[in-house]
Amino acid sequence: MPRLVSHPDEVKILSRRFGKGAADIDKYIELDGYKAVQTAIAKGADWVITEMKASGLRGRGGAGFPTGLKWSFVPKQVDRPKYVLVNGDESEPATCKDHVIFLHDPHAVIEGTMIAGLAIGSKLGFIYLRGEYRYLLKIMEKAVADAYAKGFLGKNIFGSGIDFDIVTQTGAGAYEVGEESALMESLEGKRGIPRIKPPFPAVVGLYGGPTVINNAETIASVPHIMLMGGEAYARVGSERNGGTRLFGISGHVNNPGVYELPMGYNLKKAIYEVGGGVRGGRKLKAVVPGGSSTPVMLPEEIDVGMDFDQLGKAGSMLGSAGIVVIDDQTCMVEFALRTIQFYQHESCGWCIPCREGTDWLKKTISRVHAGGGVDKDLDNIRYLAENMLGRTFCPLGDAAAMPTIAFIKKFRHEFEDHLNGKPCPYAHKEEPALV
Amino acid sequence: MSTPQTTIFSPATAERFDRLVTLYPVKRSALVPMLLYAQDEVGYISDAVIAEIAQRIGITELDVRNVLTYYSMLRTKPAGKYNVQVCTNISCMLRDGYGIMEHCKKRLGIGHKETTPDGLFSLEEVECIGACCWAPAIQVNYDFYDELTPEKMDQILDDYKAGRGKETV
Repeated sequence: MPRLVSHPDEVKILSRRFGKGAADIDKYIELDGYKAVQTAIAKGADWVITEMKASGLRGRGGAGFPTGLKWSFVPKQVDRPKYVLVNGDESEPATCKDHVIFLHDPHAVIEGTMIAGLAIGSKLGFIYLRGEYRYLLKIMEKAVADAYAKGFLGKNIFGSGIDFDIVTQTGAGAYEVGEESALMESLEGKRGIPRIKPPFPAVVGLYGGPTVINNAETIASVPHIMLMGGEAYARVGSERNGGTRLFGISGHVNNPGVYELPMGYNLKKAIYEVGGGVRGGRKLKAVVPGGSSTPVMLPEEIDVGMDFDQLGKAGSMLGSAGIVVIDDQTCMVEFALRTIQFYQHESCGWCIPCREGTDWLKKTISRVHAGGGVDKDLDNIRYLAENMLGRTFCPLGDAAAMPTIAFIKKFRHEFEDHLNGKPCPYAHKEEPALV
Repeated sequence: MSTPQTTIFSPATAERFDRLVTLYPVKRSALVPMLLYAQDEVGYISDAVIAEIAQRIGITELDVRNVLTYYSMLRTKPAGKYNVQVCTNISCMLRDGYGIMEHCKKRLGIGHKETTPDGLFSLEEVECIGACCWAPAIQVNYDFYDELTPEKMDQILDDYKAGRGKETV
């Protein structure tokens, strides 16, 4: 069972019900649950969207698109039904934040979905979890059933005259389905291959109807924004990056865990104070700041605020906010190889630059790591990766190429140390049992 | 496009499938969940599973096969009763996920995607399972185990062998 952690620097908004039994609907109600949706009903859709825009909340899946703006793109008058689709297909390596949301606060996801539905004029929401999260699906299913039993879902919710239904389901193992258009394909019972955009889902989405697709953490933040007001929420974060975020700190740290920190919180502090520093008293070698697709950073680069803009300026990305801490005994070629192996495995094969690119990157890096690399391999890796950028329907190709480019740029010497028949000089040095 | 006269599924699963196809604007949306539930019951996606699901949804068997081959959790061959899935992705790798994988290989005497002769366990090296902050982590079927050591791993395997393991379905 995921261990809950805590640190004094945390600002608990989204996580304030974690560990308090809020999966139980009565407990959730006691902790201000289902008040936000009633406020939203009373004040109306325009008010909800205004508050969402004021909150500065940006998509927690990784793209960082302003949520209020996304909702406002949905046309008001259309003939086709509109849908809300909650993306809980959490699959980016180093990311386990939605896991704890579904576990500890499933009703916040339901309430957020209802508010999104109200804002865009939808009567049906889908909550899609990754297939591996069966035990979390059961928690969500129970929460949805309890909400129906109380009359919170279904016909005429809270006496508003508005109907709203929620369907929960899982996938069956596919990283690519976390991409919004592939997610719609999967929900329509197809292979999860991406759709070309435009049209964007807000106009033509699920079953051809206008669809708002939000990450589960984004949706779970919505009720809190309704309760505290958009401006107050925005003030917690940094400029143009409202609120807090669930940061998952993993890898070689003393206190790994999911921590809720304000947007803009310093990355170095997150590692050394919140995460308790590098374990075993070792030196830091590298940090992947926002899930496996974000470019690796060197120790001298991490004195930076963690939000979409500041990390972007620093040459990386906030992504899904999964911070991976890597100590000085790690082989970065092996790390790069494990990263590209993942993307090669998960490439859906639809776009050739991604399908072929990830495969050749994996083959080449694998050869280098095994000691069979030659000088030109290093330039080839970079050339291949750079030519994948921007040439695919969905961002998986970029997600594979960006970290690869950063590994070869920042750790070229480690790749060189593997060339010309030399065995890996980094892996399995003296390796005392780690604490 | 109909409920079949005879079904290969248990009454509970058949009933679930009858309901699943009504939840969505189109029946086909139930396809991926149905395949996973069918696999839970039958052990794998057999030809008979494909035929019945195709009939229930009103699509061709080829359509069903086309979809099922996309998803990594769906399999067309039986696995062990307990499928041990060891994550070796980056966060787990840094905390010795490969050590756990090696330990399982030795302990079970099988490799990646193999099954023990008694059919009790199969072993699989998998991609990120979303337990990164509690690494190294594994799943046995749908149940998570985290912050593992070889000793904890032994205990888990012993528990399943003795019929004491968790079994979320």
